[in-house]
Amino acid sequence: MDVLPYLVAVWIFLVGCYGLATSRNLIHAVGCLSVCQSATYVLLLAVGYRDDATAPVYSDIEPGSRPVVDPVVQALALTDVVVGATVTALLLALVIQVSKRHGTVDPDELTELRG
Amino acid sequence: MTPRTRLLLVLVGGAGIAALLVAACLRLPDFGGDSHPYGDRAVAASLARQTANTIASVNFDQRAFDTLGEMTILFAAVVGCVVLLRQTRDEHRARPEPADVARPVRRYALIVLPVALVTGLYVIAHGQLSPGGGFQGGVVAATSLHLLYLGADYRALERIRPVGMYEVGDALSASAYLITGLAGLIGSAAFLANTLLPYGTFNTLSSGGTVPLLNAAVGMEVACAVVVLLARFLDQAVEIEEESGK
Repeated sequence: MDVLPYLVAVWIFLVGCYGLATSRNLIHAVGCLSVCQSATYVLLLAVGYRDDATAPVYSDIEPGSRPVVDPVVQALALTDVVVGATVTALLLALVIQVSKRHGTVDPDELTELRG
Repeated sequence: MTPRTRLLLVLVGGAGIAALLVAACLRLPDFGGDSHPYGDRAVAASLARQTANTIASVNFDQRAFDTLGEMTILFAAVVGCVVLLRQTRDEHRARPEPADVARPVRRYALIVLPVALVTGLYVIAHGQLSPGGGFQGGVVAATSLHLLYLGADYRALERIRPVGMYEVGDALSASAYLITGLAGLIGSAAFLANTLLPYGTFNTLSSGGTVPLLNAAVGMEVACAVVVLLARFLDQAVEIEEESGK
């Protein structure tokens, strides 16, 4: 059971990759990229977990009274979420432009170059 | 390449990556283990600087420079979206027509709006004390304004959301973060060093030195950025139309 959370992260990542490769719709592909990225949240939080520990916030627990989970990876997960949101926003903006210029959001139909 | 060969290629490559990742997972430290040297040191440093929320301390004190980069990514993404989603020459703006809103939706949206806005501001203000902070609270505050779009209509939203002001606010709060960093450079040891202000009393609003200031700057930046981003996407969906005959 010690590696199960890590394997879940691997599984989420691979499912996202499969979706990206077989996607027939760019909006769906952006969603798949978000799935890939959520694998990193699971991995980061799994790396930082500690048995019987609580959140590393000392506003209502006495410092030193309980073990806490690793705050460094939690901060990294926060960074990850922010970067993921910005990437999704930019990609969706690109999809809107692609759909306007080419009239399709199917990546297989976007083969020709157009000015 | 036919879809069939592509799928085959993906499966072969995916199987290889899966094997490598699983092999790597088996060598990782056990899940739930007790050895977290960086975490322990981060907690100790956070408590030494009177910051109750260790994650805020990591983000705005120990890794404040990385957060500057993260904020810049957000800022650049907003600029990119504004450029990508601008009105082009063959498009015009149509006035959105007021739409009927179901009464329960309107009532619920208008009741929740102030609550959500205050919750967002609360989460920003207490970033150094309790879970949350500038990033999370900024998103809550920004999306709460858009309840007006659900509850009333697009014009009502436009009245309380002059996008130009939010673009200025975005730039101002990004500069506020930089200036707080420069103050650290001039007044004390290094860029973004948290040695300028007194650390205050543990578990009070003013504790943590420059952490609350940087947290507030980020909160304002995220709120403005989300408002501008959503405004650009809503413009595309509601207002901007292609010229007829295209």
